[in-house]
Amino acid sequence: MNNLPAQFSRVTKNYGMVEALRGLDLTIRPGELVALLGANGAGKTTAVRALLGLSKPTSGEVRVFGGDPRDARSRTRIGAVLQVARVPETLRVREHIHLFSSYYPNPRPIDDVIQAAGLEGLEKRKFGQLSGGQQKRVLFALALVGNPDLLVLDEPTVGLDVEARRSLWKQIRAFIAGGRSVLLTTHYLAEAEALANRVVVIHKGTVMAEGTPYEIKGNADTLEDAFIDLLEAS
Amino acid sequence: MKTYLLEIKYEFLKALRMPQYALPTILFPIVFYLFFGVVFGQRNTGGVKMSEYLIATYGAFGVIGAALFGFGVSVAVERGQGWLEVKRITPMPIGAYFVAKLAMAMIFSAIIVLLLMIVGTTMGGVRLEPLEAITLLAVLVTGSITFCALGLALGFLVGPNSAAPIVNLIYLPMAFLSGLWVPILFLPKPVQTIALWLPAYHFSQLALHVTGGSRGESVLGHIGAMFAAAVVFGAIAYLGYRRDEGKTYG
Repeated sequence: MNNLPAQFSRVTKNYGMVEALRGLDLTIRPGELVALLGANGAGKTTAVRALLGLSKPTSGEVRVFGGDPRDARSRTRIGAVLQVARVPETLRVREHIHLFSSYYPNPRPIDDVIQAAGLEGLEKRKFGQLSGGQQKRVLFALALVGNPDLLVLDEPTVGLDVEARRSLWKQIRAFIAGGRSVLLTTHYLAEAEALANRVVVIHKGTVMAEGTPYEIKGNADTLEDAFIDLLEAS
Repeated sequence: MKTYLLEIKYEFLKALRMPQYALPTILFPIVFYLFFGVVFGQRNTGGVKMSEYLIATYGAFGVIGAALFGFGVSVAVERGQGWLEVKRITPMPIGAYFVAKLAMAMIFSAIIVLLLMIVGTTMGGVRLEPLEAITLLAVLVTGSITFCALGLALGFLVGPNSAAPIVNLIYLPMAFLSGLWVPILFLPKPVQTIALWLPAYHFSQLALHVTGGSRGESVLGHIGAMFAAAVVFGAIAYLGYRRDEGKTYG
């Protein structure tokens, strides 16, 4: 028994003939921000779904703070920003946060969450009236409201402009500063470089390289070059 | 408990602020009733005034609409577009999600029935004793459960974009064939036989037992049919839910 925020042990996941994960081993330690990198179809979203108890591994095991990801106890300690096509548009920002706060035993105060997600002044707006960046910040607020110890962000800055992306980065750093952990999947290598303590590159459902952004970069000029080299070498 | 109440409150607010749901759901039965119940209200059917007969059947029509669209279409949309997953990864008890939608459909149902009663008594010359009014409201709102179960089953079987058209394809023919628009006695004999297999028919007959104008069949038989339909739809919904979970958690 351990109390690690997240642990994947030889996890495989098949969708019919497709092997989305092939023996994934991955551990997230307290206070760590792990960036999961990979091309489309590498298995990033499948890994996130297994971690959140939305998808059951074909074999192997996923633990969240030592427990089953589907247990309510695990779910109170984890918050996530998923890629969601549509959120109910007629509820106001504060109403969404208020409702989600009622799901948790020790929620953060609503005003505190609004501030942490940079939503001051937007509390009374309906979700449908917000810009893309603001909508992402609401989803971020919903992930924070339960006072989680592990935050899972599935491509949180896709489609955001530079300014919105930077402001979300700032909020993610503030979260980590409290000794809590983050798993982030991203396409943007600059994002991994800016935020992560550790980068895990997955390819065809298994870990291909792992290390600090500096280690992964090696002799290449940028993380992006290193990433391309890795993919070409495989 | 607090979660359930908040979930109900916000589910209701969400729907109320959605004109594409709230307006047709509430207005269609009222407008139809004004046309047929008030304008032709003084004619007789099955021994009662049309305006009294139609308050029961348009009440049933409105309740079914609130259930199929409020429950069915909204589950299909929220499930298909990822919002249900955002909720499922929280510790929210999944029951709260469904209870809130059921409560929302029942509140809308009560609003529709009360409005019909107001229109009927003020403009259609309908006379309802207080006990009759309360019984009719209770019958119509309780019957909503069967159609929420149907909506739930549809919500788990159809996609987010096809949900509204498919619901209409079931809702409108079922309403007509069950005698909700035009009294069942005016419909051809074969249709009257088909109606026996439609839950909306049994629902409207139960309501007509209160207002007068039912075909005098057994109340227990209608309740049994409604109950059986709820069980069948509930089972289909459960299988759909499991299939949905299996697609992800399988």
